[in-house]
Amino acid sequence: MTDLDLSALWVSVQLATTTVLVLLLVGTPLAWWLAHTRSPLRPAVEALVALPIVLPPTVLGFYILIALGPHGPFGQLMQLNLAFTFTGLVIASVFYSMPFVIQPLQGAFEATGTAPLEAAWSLRASQWDAFLTVISPIALRGYISAIVLGFAHTMGEFGVVLMVGGSIPGQTRVLSTTVFEHVEAMEYGQAHALSAVLLIFSFVVLLAVYILNRRFPIHAS
Amino acid sequence: MSRLVAQFDVRYPTFHLHLDLDIPASGITVLFGPSGSGKTTLLRCLAGLERAPHGFMQFGETVWQDETTGRYLPLQTRPIGYVFQEPRLFPHYNVRSNLLYGYNRIRRDMRRIAIDQVVEILGIGPLLERRTHRLSGGEQQRVAIGRALLTSPSLLLLDEPLASLDIQRKQEILPFIHRLHHELAIPVIYVSHAISEILQLADRVVLLKDGSLVGVGTLNEMLTSLQFRGSFGSHRVGAVLDAKIIGHEPQYGLTQLDFSGQRLFVPLQPSAIGESVRVHVLSSDVSLVIGRSHSPTSVLNVLEATVQEIREISQSSVEVLLDIGAPLIAGITRKSLVTLGIKPGDSVFAHIKTVALNEEVTD
Repeated sequence: MTDLDLSALWVSVQLATTTVLVLLLVGTPLAWWLAHTRSPLRPAVEALVALPIVLPPTVLGFYILIALGPHGPFGQLMQLNLAFTFTGLVIASVFYSMPFVIQPLQGAFEATGTAPLEAAWSLRASQWDAFLTVISPIALRGYISAIVLGFAHTMGEFGVVLMVGGSIPGQTRVLSTTVFEHVEAMEYGQAHALSAVLLIFSFVVLLAVYILNRRFPIHAS
Repeated sequence: MSRLVAQFDVRYPTFHLHLDLDIPASGITVLFGPSGSGKTTLLRCLAGLERAPHGFMQFGETVWQDETTGRYLPLQTRPIGYVFQEPRLFPHYNVRSNLLYGYNRIRRDMRRIAIDQVVEILGIGPLLERRTHRLSGGEQQRVAIGRALLTSPSLLLLDEPLASLDIQRKQEILPFIHRLHHELAIPVIYVSHAISEILQLADRVVLLKDGSLVGVGTLNEMLTSLQFRGSFGSHRVGAVLDAKIIGHEPQYGLTQLDFSGQRLFVPLQPSAIGESVRVHVLSSDVSLVIGRSHSPTSVLNVLEATVQEIREISQSSVEVLLDIGAPLIAGITRKSLVTLGIKPGDSVFAHIKTVALNEEVTD
């Protein structure tokens, strides 16, 4: 693998990690709200969150590119051009991978219900305390699924990256776009090496998750 | 004596809780009524799990809720212990960590109840290191009670803690609830729709129907009241006596009890001398005699009583409400009443054929 390939791998890992962290912070309250609200807005929000699953990545990428560019609403507001930057890629990936983090968390929160929370409150736990010590451990499987799916989905992102980030080495050139470029340049050997890295990495991560889930199951009370 | 005062008015789509409650903050109070009468909702309002938009609640000297001033103590800050219908143990902790969850969250100087004490009363010593899903339903519920107790609550709220258990498990837990109340002196509010649980536990009954208060009184006031006793099942007319064990006669299979200086024999009890037991005397098991009979009788239990009231029940039968230091009801025929010629104020002797103890939990 060349230095360029390694830097693309590094950008991909950074992008996926940042995206998952942002999504966990934003997604936890949103998933909690979706799991417990009786608001009539809920189906609309759920549909919005799920959009990236059905939308072609190029369409999503196109809109985000417009929004983040110097003439887009976000660019105007912040006096900033985020198109073709790493930050722009993170913002795009957050939207792109959102359903893969929100949906497992929402499912886990729905399964957990409010019963353990009420029990924790009655035992003098504050809201935060109850969430950290009772809800998140019980929803642990949901978190593991969310992290793995969010990470893997961001690692495999291609269409959105191409639209929003282009392929600037060291900044926005990620693994998937590098594989594409190797193939276009007929460098099958390098494409093979990079693809194998991604393949083996994905398999090992998923395997670890399934083994952990089997070894440490969370039992419903 | 300190009191618990509560006024709640809260509407749900299908249900309207609307009541005004004022009871002593002591003993075991059972909230009783059919399904959908508002027992659990009332308990949740008392705890702070639900906030009644028009509500007032005061426990002893402290106001927990007063919507006219907007005062509302959140659940976390109320000195209560709450036991839900389901144990709701935390599955990621073992039994010990579950027990300590609340204990670790209260101030050190507020810890009046020790872990060893709770473990001993509830008999959960051998379970401490176990995972919660390895426990039986009854064991889980005992741990849940222990967990609530270890917050050293000033008020213990129990929402049908036995509802999800089979008869055997119920009988396993009832004595513990009785014991913890007596040994820890915490006022208990207990939701139930099981008559047997009331007969065994209640000092006081709050009768609810359709979200409203129907009646409040001591267990015997409610059991002997013509107005309320229908709610407890017509086949169970009678009264309860809390008596003390003063001796065992194993050769006869009997235990001797003391009640206000009078003696009662019951089938041999496992409890030690000095402990108190509650007996339930049905009106159909009580007959009346004027003057102490000098001829031998097979009836062991003869109690001195004063006639308080004579109630017409049907054309052929009447009930005589007696005072023996506690209420007692004798169901006799109208013909017998005429033969005896008794009237309120008269002294009689009540013969009690059988005495029910440790009532089977069948309902």
